[in-house]
Amino acid sequence: MSSVIEQPRHFCALGAGQSVVAIERAIPIVHAGPGCAGKLWAGLSFCNGFQGSGYAGGSAVPSTNTGEKEVVFGGEERLRGVIEGALRVMDADLFVVLTGCTSDIVGDDSAAVVGEYRAKGVPIVHAETGGFKGNTFQGHEILLKAVIEQFLEHGPQTVAGLVNVFASVPYLDPFWSGNLEAIRELLAGIGLEANILFGPGSGGVEAWQRIPAAQFTLVVSPWVGLAAAELIQERFGIPFLHYPVLPVGAVETGRFLEAVAGFAGLDAEKAGKFIRWEESRFYWYLERAADFLLEFRYDLPGRFVTVCDSIYGLGVSRFLVNDLGLLPGEQFVTDDPPVEYREGISRLFGSLAPGVSAPVTFTPDGGTVRARLLNTRHRQPPLIIGSSWDKDAAADLKGYQLSLSLPVTDRLVLDRSYVGYRGGLRLAEDIYASILGSYQ
Amino acid sequence: MPLNLELSEAPIRENRLGSVTGYNGTAGELCRRSREGTLRERERSFSQCATCASVTAICKLAMIRDAAVVNHGALGCAGDFANFNFVNRAGQARRGRPLRNANLINTNLLEHDIVFGGGEKLREAVREARERFSPRVIFITTSCASGIIGDDTAGIAEELEKELGLPVVPVSCEGFRSQIWASGFDAAYHAILRRVVKPPRQKRPDLVNVINFWGEDVFSELFGRLGLTPNYVVPFADIDQLERLSEAVATVQICPTLGTYLAAGLEERYGVPEVKVPPPYGRDAVDNWLRELGRVTGREKESEALIAEERARIAGELEELRGRLKGLRAFVAAGAVYGHSIVAVLKDLGLEVAGATVWHHDTRFDHGDPAGDTLDHLVRSHGDVAMSVCNKQSFELVNMLNRIRPDVFVVRHNGMSVWGAKLGIPTFLMGDEHFGVGYEGLLNYGHKILDAVGNPAFVRNLARHARLPYTDWWLRQDACAFMEDEP
Repeated sequence: MSSVIEQPRHFCALGAGQSVVAIERAIPIVHAGPGCAGKLWAGLSFCNGFQGSGYAGGSAVPSTNTGEKEVVFGGEERLRGVIEGALRVMDADLFVVLTGCTSDIVGDDSAAVVGEYRAKGVPIVHAETGGFKGNTFQGHEILLKAVIEQFLEHGPQTVAGLVNVFASVPYLDPFWSGNLEAIRELLAGIGLEANILFGPGSGGVEAWQRIPAAQFTLVVSPWVGLAAAELIQERFGIPFLHYPVLPVGAVETGRFLEAVAGFAGLDAEKAGKFIRWEESRFYWYLERAADFLLEFRYDLPGRFVTVCDSIYGLGVSRFLVNDLGLLPGEQFVTDDPPVEYREGISRLFGSLAPGVSAPVTFTPDGGTVRARLLNTRHRQPPLIIGSSWDKDAAADLKGYQLSLSLPVTDRLVLDRSYVGYRGGLRLAEDIYASILGSYQ
Repeated sequence: MPLNLELSEAPIRENRLGSVTGYNGTAGELCRRSREGTLRERERSFSQCATCASVTAICKLAMIRDAAVVNHGALGCAGDFANFNFVNRAGQARRGRPLRNANLINTNLLEHDIVFGGGEKLREAVREARERFSPRVIFITTSCASGIIGDDTAGIAEELEKELGLPVVPVSCEGFRSQIWASGFDAAYHAILRRVVKPPRQKRPDLVNVINFWGEDVFSELFGRLGLTPNYVVPFADIDQLERLSEAVATVQICPTLGTYLAAGLEERYGVPEVKVPPPYGRDAVDNWLRELGRVTGREKESEALIAEERARIAGELEELRGRLKGLRAFVAAGAVYGHSIVAVLKDLGLEVAGATVWHHDTRFDHGDPAGDTLDHLVRSHGDVAMSVCNKQSFELVNMLNRIRPDVFVVRHNGMSVWGAKLGIPTFLMGDEHFGVGYEGLLNYGHKILDAVGNPAFVRNLARHARLPYTDWWLRQDACAFMEDEP
């Protein structure tokens, strides 16, 4: 397997700066080279559904722009200067200093510098995210850990029904804000209050400060966010529920809500009522579309391929198999999950539905994906659900393609969500829009 | 000072062109002090993210049709791959070529490589690039990490060149080396001049190299009337075209900030004359530029005729536009000479330019000819203008815009226009660098500005709901309060 990466679908650990941008009124301070924040913004935000700058992302991100001088003599003084300036110029409730390759290799003690300010009562956190420390998913986890360890305090009274949520990674998942809002609505439907942490209306630092008050933490992802949930358990004694599959469509969302309701100790009947109501709405639409789905499928692939991170890959495959009755081809998992989680992920792909399993290839390298796709015999044109990079392979195979994983440069993304009952309907609409569009 | 193409890397602009990223004053003073050699860098104690030489080097190399780029760094250094791929596909679509992804690979440097060296990954990436893309040339762009850990990129390139039997060309563009991101253009051109361009087989008296980005093809029509053909480089060109840059009768560029190194290198090494007068934006500049192009290519008569025809053609419409634009105040933010060009265009259209900021300032160009001083030309033909140099520091920009409150904000660089919009100022980003070229370009800008101010509903509504990430304290300070005094 190649260790180099063509067609990247995530970036380096410093990409966690975009997770900071996703916290309302939080501002990242990047201690790195002059191009780092801009490149990561281009990759994670602009070329990913054209998400844009937001409150203080894009060109507003304070940065030390480390040069030759800092490489030779160290960059701690420079970092102090930029922090001092940021405190006066930028209007924020929380600052997060993120380090890049340069400062981490030359060995700046950025933690100590940030510690000086924290000791003075400044709301500021330090995350060691030198690009070589890992990918953006891992950087996101480093950030979660940093904020939990350095910013949260014991004390708040437990609020029954309050649930900390870790799911979509901000910006890296172009639909993150819509997806998180959808999870909030799903939980509200069964009587729980989601503590969402990122995105519009999430509450900014107040939401983060409420983390220790939650009844439990919910991780909706095969692996990202688990470390944070474990840390919250360890520090604040808050239990967590790990639900590894993003709930897309009726089958998985029903299971998801039952699992959450069960863990929360909710009245099963009350949750059941919400599930039944949403299901009846979902199937009203699906039933109405059945004529189209059945008839059009004479000319549609039996096989779909996902080229996504493990969060989307599992969620989307389960939906296509269970709700739309499609069959899977090879599934490519691009987020480089830590080795210990891979067997579990493969197992979940191995049991998408009774009797339906899919082979999985783990690779962050788009060139490997393309080569495998082009060397596979496709009896019918495949449906490739991945990123804008996959358009060429889809064209070569005369297949169909939908971009929902980074980079997304063929769609503008606002509040669309693929989570839950409504998210499943959106995904069905978008897939068939792409297919129908290719006939026009 | 002549270029030294024997060096393994191009000297950065700070050292070569006396370039700076901090200044506040007027265009006239900036010009005078550049000439006197008294301009000094003003660093900032607080700064926001800029751009680096890796971005600009990849920008020039990623779209060469039959080359590949190996980006030797951590994966975040590939953050701009998708952007250049998008630009590349858009460019292919506009040119009626089949759409293909750009040939780009990143070496994904991780902790282990930082400790033990990234050489093996670099070798693997170059071999993969050869295998996957069958390119004619492989460029290796370096990064902060690969530079600091001291990977022998040049040595490995040489070794692989022998192994693979094709040019493997290192491009030194570590982000920390220069605060002037345009140094990355020079790094790419240095690599092209050293390793790709060949001596002319046959001089082509009609061929004019046009150093540009990805603008619409406006030069074919203009040049056609002089019996000349444009040869656009570097994006969308192929290696064959680059090899034969030496055969052209002249080189022009849409902005000497972009192409100074390549144009000077082609003249020095292969005698391809560079049209050194300011680029063709604004009526006087277009006249001069066409005259100079005519002189250099032996088409004086044709260019005089073209000037007369075009001036007459646009006269009526220009007058009408001037009438409609009268009284509007503009603010301009763009990269160095491109900023001077836009100011010239706006002033020609009769707008008041209330201020301009440029992303950096070069005190001279590689050709060293004072006739090419665009700022001097601007001040002499259009009068002085308030000007600052700010390497994309949006806190300074917002401060200035908030104070000046222009009727229209014209910007060239993504990620900057949103700040005008959040202040409720009609704003547009001009992404096509050819939009303002020539006489027609003047009219283009006039209509574009009328459109921008014609319906301010979007920006006005946005401003009502947007919050700026800046403190009230900051908005009351002088925009250049964080610029340190000159040493």
